[in-house]
Amino acid sequence: MATSRDRDARGKALEAVAGNGLIDRRALLGRGMVLAGAMSAGVGSAAAGAEPLADDPWSLEVGESTPPYQVPSKFEAKVARTLSNPNNEPRNSHARTPHHLLAGTTTPNGLHFTINHGGVPTIDPDKHRLVIHGLVKQPLEFTLEALSRYPMTSRVSFIECGGNSAPMFSPEAMQENVQAIHGLVSCAEWTGVMLSTLLEETGIDPRAKWFVAEGADSPHLSRSVPVKKALDDAMIALYQNGERLMPGNGYPMRLLLPGYEGNMNVKFLRRIKLVEQPAMSVYEARTYSQILPNGKAYQFYFLQEVKSFITSPSLGATLKGPGLYEISGIAYSGTGRIEKVMVSADGGQSWAQAALQEPVLSKAFTRFRMPWRWNGGPATLQSRAWDEAGNVQPTRAEFVAARGELTKPPPVLGFPNQHYNSITSWGVASNGEVKHVYA
Amino acid sequence: MFTPERRAILAASLLLALTVGASRAETPNLGKPLDEAAIANWDISILPDGAGLPKGSGTAAKGAAIYAEKCSACHGDNGKGGLSAALVDDRQNTQIAGISASQKTIKSFWPYSTTIFDFIRRAMPFQQPRSLTDDEVYALTAYILAENKLIGAGDTMDAQTLPKVKMPNRDNFVIRFPDRI
Repeated sequence: MATSRDRDARGKALEAVAGNGLIDRRALLGRGMVLAGAMSAGVGSAAAGAEPLADDPWSLEVGESTPPYQVPSKFEAKVARTLSNPNNEPRNSHARTPHHLLAGTTTPNGLHFTINHGGVPTIDPDKHRLVIHGLVKQPLEFTLEALSRYPMTSRVSFIECGGNSAPMFSPEAMQENVQAIHGLVSCAEWTGVMLSTLLEETGIDPRAKWFVAEGADSPHLSRSVPVKKALDDAMIALYQNGERLMPGNGYPMRLLLPGYEGNMNVKFLRRIKLVEQPAMSVYEARTYSQILPNGKAYQFYFLQEVKSFITSPSLGATLKGPGLYEISGIAYSGTGRIEKVMVSADGGQSWAQAALQEPVLSKAFTRFRMPWRWNGGPATLQSRAWDEAGNVQPTRAEFVAARGELTKPPPVLGFPNQHYNSITSWGVASNGEVKHVYA
Repeated sequence: MFTPERRAILAASLLLALTVGASRAETPNLGKPLDEAAIANWDISILPDGAGLPKGSGTAAKGAAIYAEKCSACHGDNGKGGLSAALVDDRQNTQIAGISASQKTIKSFWPYSTTIFDFIRRAMPFQQPRSLTDDEVYALTAYILAENKLIGAGDTMDAQTLPKVKMPNRDNFVIRFPDRI
């Protein structure tokens, strides 16, 4: 029996906390009750005359045999990555995560974004080796079998391509979905050996300030990383969400640099060389240096800064009439934990704090949720994140003032610039259609 | 009471324990020691000061022939671009204007000439990486630099001359987060 006090609390929880229908996030705690309460008025009339429940065919026959490695239901075939180079032409291949079709904070391994610069290599794990050399006391070679005997660490970490969200450098909002815009970020639990453990065995010459990490893929992709990061939280990752790395994610081993630009997390890792100065490989000298409005360019950006975006509702969805909805999205920061996420339904005129799904982990996806009663009118949905270091996701105006924008829309698969982290806005029209807008 | 001798032994073992505990947790030590000679074939990183550049040399004239045979199918005749990026920028004014990456040509953007050698040697040609000799890589590097008018048409590129090539945009970079280095 609900007491009057419960009803008061429930009523309070359903109170609007910001413009255009945002409801106190605490309503989510008693969501079952809230929804039951909201629906109770119509139960009697709608229930009359409903079809009697019948058994469906799958309830009347024995199901399929059990596969050794299960894959999603055939009805989920549309939950797939989008490919930039499906025929493996001689160029980069991108596969983007369908965030609008996922929930929670873990990206399934088959849907983790990948970018490969010379196809996906087929590496024999028994022949693969990792060599650490250069400014060390003793160069060492490690096999996968050897590394498998080392003390392991597991950590949940997002990896984001420095070029993720690049379509938002466009001067006008491109009508692309969250997968096309933000699909080059994913989050997984990575298990492996801390790089610092291996460097304890090789020893470090005090002159070493950087290390060059190199892959065994055909472009021998290489990046320079400060030794500081090696001694902080760099890992040689061997497992992804509990199983060996996916081939496209660096099988059999990759560098994991939590919070740092995806390209630096060198896959198929075969060599680490400690050096005094950065190598200025093509990816740091050219690709991941960002041109600024004053003609200069950033170098060694490294950090994927605090960011969030709403995954539901988002472009491609059509709301089916006024009523209660849950706004949901992802927040993350390369600096640490997400402190809070604010949501607006009126294009940033008013904001309310979203509920954060526990556990809130450092440098990992944090799912935020916000109850919302859509009144059927136009709405502009936005999210804005803060991290524990006090960094705040910039508004688009703030971002453009500092970093500039293009003069015309880029190709959606292009990378006109990188490290875009400002607010994403989804405009809901009266017919329920969701578009990408700048607000 | 401990004898002085026992006390010394105890102190020594305590010191050892502290040292081990503080600086060196016990690790499996399963790495196989290698010398740099064994690693040489993999050690293809070139630093901007030229460290790592191999013996050998090349000129633009030699590079032009190799380019036509092994590079032009993707990068176009004379490096003008095709399926893959243009390598030669023949604009009069290569000043950066606007924030689009399309301006990041070798001539207008790349801060170090050594990057050209490093990238060709590790990644090109796309279908046959690591198939070029060091002389061929020097020749292609010379060809690209000469076509961009960054060196003279007859200049030889080798471990001494290449790092000295001054790239126009070198001083236009700002380190984003200096405290992370």
